[in-house]
Amino acid sequence: MSVPRRPTDPSGLERYYVLTKGRSGPGGSASSLDVATLIVSRAAPAPGMQHEHAEIIRRCREPLSVAELGAHLHLPFNILAVLLADLLEAGRVEARDPIPAHDAGRGPDLALLEEVLSGLERL
Amino acid sequence: MDLKGFDQPGSAAAGETRSVKVMIAGGFGTGKTTMVRSVSDIKPLTTEETLTQASADVDRLIGVADKTETTVSLDFGKISINDSLVLYLFGTPGQERFWFLWNGLFKGALGAVVLVDTRRLASSFRAIEEMERQNVPFVVALNVFPDSKDYPVEEIRDALDISPHIPVVACDARDRTSSRDVLVALIRHLKERSAVVLESR
Ligand SMILES: Nc1nc2c(ncn2[C@@H]2O[C@H](COP(=O)(O)OP(=O)(O)OP(=O)(O)O)[C@@H](O)[C@H]2O)c(=O)[nH]1
Ligand SMILES: [Mg+2]
Repeated sequence: MSVPRRPTDPSGLERYYVLTKGRSGPGGSASSLDVATLIVSRAAPAPGMQHEHAEIIRRCREPLSVAELGAHLHLPFNILAVLLADLLEAGRVEARDPIPAHDAGRGPDLALLEEVLSGLERL
Repeated sequence: MDLKGFDQPGSAAAGETRSVKVMIAGGFGTGKTTMVRSVSDIKPLTTEETLTQASADVDRLIGVADKTETTVSLDFGKISINDSLVLYLFGTPGQERFWFLWNGLFKGALGAVVLVDTRRLASSFRAIEEMERQNVPFVVALNVFPDSKDYPVEEIRDALDISPHIPVVACDARDRTSSRDVLVALIRHLKERSAVVLESR
C-alpha cells in the first residue's frame, strides 16, 4: 500500500472537504432543500464566521434561490446544502420551499396557476 | 444598490417572495438550454453537482473509474411573475441518468416541458417515461429545426405513445415569445387538469 500524498491541489474535493468539515450531506431542516428553495437572511453575518457562511448571508438579504447561490458561489448543490443547514440551524437564514401546484391536503391551487399565467402573458 | 439594514425588515414584497419551478426536459440536444436562455429574465446560470469516487455505482455509471470528480450541470433561468412570485426554469441535463443527483429534482415542480426534436423522436422517450413515472404533468414541445419535417400531430402523439389529453405544441426554442407560449400552454394544461380534479370531488 502506498502512503497517501498530501494533496497539492487545494481546489475541488479537498476544498469541499474543508468547507464542510468533512460532512457529506445535510440533515434536519436542510434535507428538503430544493434548487428552487428561496433563502432569506434573518441576521447579519457574525464576526469570525466562516467566509462562505457570511457570503451566503450577504447575498440573501433579498430572497435568492439555492440554485442561484450555488452558481454565484461556485459550489455544488450538496456542499451548499451542508453550509445552509448550519445557517438554518443557527436561525441566521430562513428557507422557503417552492410552492407546489397542489398541496396534499388542499388539492390543486388554481389561484396560483392563474397568477403564473397572467404573469407569463404579460411578458 | 439597495443596502437595507438588518434591523429593519425588508420590503413587504421581498419578505413574502415565493417561488415556483418548471422543468425543461427532453432528449440530448433538443434545445433545453436554448429555451431556458431565451425566456429567462436574468442571464442564465448553471448550478453544479459533483460526483465523487465515494459512490462506486456512480463511477460505474459514467464509466470513469479512475476519475475522482465529475461535474454535471443544471442550467436555469428565472422569470419574475409579479412583485412576490418568481418562476424558476431548470433545463435538465441531457443525460437522464444524472437526474437523481439533485434531491428530488422534479418534486415540487408545477410541471414540465418535454422538448422533442422530430428528427430524433426516440431521444426524448426517456424524458417522457420519467415524467410519467414521477407523475409530473407535462406538455410536449416540438422544437422545429430547419430540416424538420411537418408530421401530423397525431402521428407524433402515436409515436411518443402519450395520452390524447397531453398538449403537443410546436416551437422555436430560440425565440422568447415562442418559448413563452410553450410555458403558457403548460400552465393552461395544468389548470385544465386541476379543474378536472376539482370537479370529480
Ligand atoms: N434551428 C434551430 N436550432 C435550435 C433550436 N433550438 C436549439 N437549437 C440549436 O440546437 C443545438 C442544441 O441546443 P441546446 O439548447 O444546447 O440543447 P440541449 O437540449 O440543452 O442539449 P444538451 O444539454 O446537450 O442535451 C444548439 O446548437 C442550438 O443552437 C431551434 O428552435 N431551432
Ligand atoms: Mg443543455
